[in-house]
Amino acid sequence: MTASYMEMWRLVAPEVIVVITALCVLSVDLAWLRDAEPRLRSTVATLLSVAGCAVAIGWILRAPLTASFGDGVLVLSSVAQHVQIVLLVLTMLTVLLASGASFTRHISEYLALMLMATVGMMLLVSTQNLLLIFLSLELLSLSLYVLAAFDKRSARSAEAALKYFLFGAISAAFLLFGFSLLYGLSNSTNLSTIASTLQSAPLDPLLLVAIVMMLVGLGFKVAAAPFHFWAPDVYEGAPASSAALIASGSKVAGFFILYQVLVLGLAGAEGSSAWHGYAAGWMPVVAMVAALSMVLGNLVAITQTSVRRLLAYSAIGHAGYMLLAILAHTNQSFSALLYYAITYALTVLGAFGVVAVVEHEAGGDTLAHFAGLSRRAPLVSLCMLVFMLSLAGIPPLAGFFGKFYVFASALNADHGLLWLVVLAIAMSAVSLYYYLKVLKSIYVGEPADEALVSVPVVQQVVLGLIALGVVVLGCVPSLLLHWL
Amino acid sequence: MLAWTIYISFGGALLLMLLPKGSVRAPRIIALLAALAGLAIAVAEFVKRPSGELVTVVQVSWMRSLGLEYHLAADGISLTLVLLTGIVAVAGVLFSWNIERRANEFFAFYLALIGGVYGVFLSFDLLLLFVFYEIAIVPKYFLIAIWGSTRREYAAMKLALYSFVGSAMVLIGLIAAYVVAGARTMDLVQLSQFPFPVHFQMWAFPLVFVGFGILAGLWPFHTWAPTGHVAAPTAASMLLAGVVMKLGAYGCLRVAMMLFPRGLDPWGFHVLGFGSWREVFALLALIGIVYGAMVALVQKDFKFVVGYSSVSHMGFVLLGLMTLQQIGLDGAVLQMFSHGVLAGLLFAVVGRMVYDRTHTRDLAALSKMHLGKVLPFAAATFVLAGMASIGLPGFSGFVAELQVLIGTWRAFPWFVVIAGVGIVIGIAYTWRAMQMAFFGAPSNSSVGAATYPAISIPERIGAVLLLGASIAVGLYPQLLLRVIIPALHSPMFDGLWKGGVR
Repeated sequence: MTASYMEMWRLVAPEVIVVITALCVLSVDLAWLRDAEPRLRSTVATLLSVAGCAVAIGWILRAPLTASFGDGVLVLSSVAQHVQIVLLVLTMLTVLLASGASFTRHISEYLALMLMATVGMMLLVSTQNLLLIFLSLELLSLSLYVLAAFDKRSARSAEAALKYFLFGAISAAFLLFGFSLLYGLSNSTNLSTIASTLQSAPLDPLLLVAIVMMLVGLGFKVAAAPFHFWAPDVYEGAPASSAALIASGSKVAGFFILYQVLVLGLAGAEGSSAWHGYAAGWMPVVAMVAALSMVLGNLVAITQTSVRRLLAYSAIGHAGYMLLAILAHTNQSFSALLYYAITYALTVLGAFGVVAVVEHEAGGDTLAHFAGLSRRAPLVSLCMLVFMLSLAGIPPLAGFFGKFYVFASALNADHGLLWLVVLAIAMSAVSLYYYLKVLKSIYVGEPADEALVSVPVVQQVVLGLIALGVVVLGCVPSLLLHWL
Repeated sequence: MLAWTIYISFGGALLLMLLPKGSVRAPRIIALLAALAGLAIAVAEFVKRPSGELVTVVQVSWMRSLGLEYHLAADGISLTLVLLTGIVAVAGVLFSWNIERRANEFFAFYLALIGGVYGVFLSFDLLLLFVFYEIAIVPKYFLIAIWGSTRREYAAMKLALYSFVGSAMVLIGLIAAYVVAGARTMDLVQLSQFPFPVHFQMWAFPLVFVGFGILAGLWPFHTWAPTGHVAAPTAASMLLAGVVMKLGAYGCLRVAMMLFPRGLDPWGFHVLGFGSWREVFALLALIGIVYGAMVALVQKDFKFVVGYSSVSHMGFVLLGLMTLQQIGLDGAVLQMFSHGVLAGLLFAVVGRMVYDRTHTRDLAALSKMHLGKVLPFAAATFVLAGMASIGLPGFSGFVAELQVLIGTWRAFPWFVVIAGVGIVIGIAYTWRAMQMAFFGAPSNSSVGAATYPAISIPERIGAVLLLGASIAVGLYPQLLLRVIIPALHSPMFDGLWKGGVR
């Protein structure tokens, strides 16, 4: 048994490093810096967190392994490890963007929670066991609830967190119910065992109930319509960096696990969502969710004046596009999904960084607050230009290639998905309108006052790096793709 | 060498973005140098190529697993349009010599747009072509929304959305073609040899043709054009009418017609008298010619006259494409060049020479100003450009439209009559605009009181450049035809010539 435990330690070493970092961040602050000035405390906590993530990344890169432990409890593939690296990088960037924030004095606790959320995400992508999926989802979600509520002086933050928590708790219950049905049907918590058990039997009505239950639970996590109601309020009310983490890292992990559960665990129960070729299974349900998300997200985003809410509704639309890649369920579409999710996460993270800058400067996030930003902060505006155009899918940015790859792989897998691809492309044409509205405000609008905005160097560098990443990944997608 | 047209334009745009604000002279000089370099390369390559066969410039793997390539190449059609882009780009910079507000951003967007346009004309990988095509959308939006006039934000958004909807349609067709052909290559030359199933071509052709046609001013999707042209600053309207509309026409020819030639075949049944997509689009083009001319005839705003005339003249391009006759297609490509040069010139006269001085474009107000005496150079330029655009022999418009008409005569005899009516109305609206703007009846009060700054040197050079190009092609069309005709006979267009009925 000891060897087995050693084996387990080896597999979860990166997660352990992050947990230890979280504890260090807390204890250093508690032990030595209680009375230090906030600036120092925040700097130390930020540096520690970033260093911890960097060490974890180094560990994964140094000792890449393909292994599985227990009954699918830990399954490490090279793809999963690369996604872990991406999640760590996203957390690092979020931490750096949060470093100038002034909404709390307890920055170390804030960052420690962020690291715990990261541990949840990392476990989520390295497991194929229902039990651990649920546990790591809960670890992730509970950390995110607190992160959303962290701005104690803001009633909106509290409201957002409460809404997030209530929705989250209910959908977790749905998810657990779905999992228990699945367990009852197959007598196993391992996704591949479940698949092989279910494959031999005809489609059970109970299985359909389980599928719907699980989709409710995971659909909440990825903010797909109609499980999206929390998203606009949370994006709007939560501190910018919390919202950024919810919109980026948590999205990547959510889509990864959604793919695992549906494609690995329910192999054989796909059904079909082709036009005129409907057959019962998870595909018709996912196709409906995808279509609804695209239409609702993009159309409602048009009317938004708050950029955060706009990003939230656009996120719902993007979830719809990504579900298309799940519908295709081929190896190619999996890498398309990951490419899309990762570049989307990067872009939206940068967009929240810009929103944070504007809020700090102008005191709000409506389109009017962005007016004339290009005259006041040219570099930050240029970054926002890149982010918005990438989200709209304008080449040569990463967002375009992601869309192209997802649509091409979906069509390649199943010609019957053409109707969804057409809908998706039509909706992305709609989306240009509201992204351009933001850019119009920035570049065409007249600034209320002409003075240059002083943006902290760290934020500028991080935003610049993210924008550069979006451009480079769009021009040379193979940089990321050969990892996935 | 040709690839550098793209790199220099984007490099110039990047340089201008990074340039510190405040300087007014530096941006326009940088922009002029970049545009001149582009033109020089285009001319050099044009002279160097004896005939118009396809020559690859760059071909490297871009995404090996998906079979995408960074493939730049040029045949005679591309060369012609690259040359056009070079000429209009230089002229555009010369006519925006007076831009002072946010000058570096203006020229940065301007050069980015030029770079995208060069890229489209030179791409021989379908996805790469699409990438450049979309890159061109964004700068157009900002050029109009920031530096434009009449209802600029509305016009800019309308233009951007129309373009994007068009490109969304193209993207659907493009991904479908990629998947149907086995998802291994996007190379235009290889795809043009792929036998797409006829039923697929039957829906992909109209989809892609309309998608590109929106940008080419295909009636009834042309409405972005007049508003966009009118709202845009001078250089942007020159580019819009001069080269951006050509992007659409080029896409129709290079992508829709070259890849899906069977889409032009008869359906085998008749709906409302139409037997094929070819007849449908020929009729739409014809309606565009007559409708654009008739609307131009009643405009009060000088710039709207030119805006609607663009719709009318682009109708000839599309009609020429639909004839599927050798001479009609030659005429269509020649008309792309001719209209590019002439529309640029007309917009330059209206927007820069007249509007920037008088601050009005109302024809009734202009008719009281005696601009024929006050601004003789502007008047002379407009008269020459107007004559060229109504198709007077000796100018490029004549050769181009004549060829289109001959092609139409062979393909759809009846259409020639109606197109002829369009030309007659064209003479009428040009005459009317010329008369009202420059040679209005002298009013009794304060004759010739207003004085305006004289036409500056850059404007004169620009006007001479554009007029010279039109006259050169008009007198010696072989100059362009020697590269266009071989290009249209390359194996890539085989499908078009060997299609069912032809």
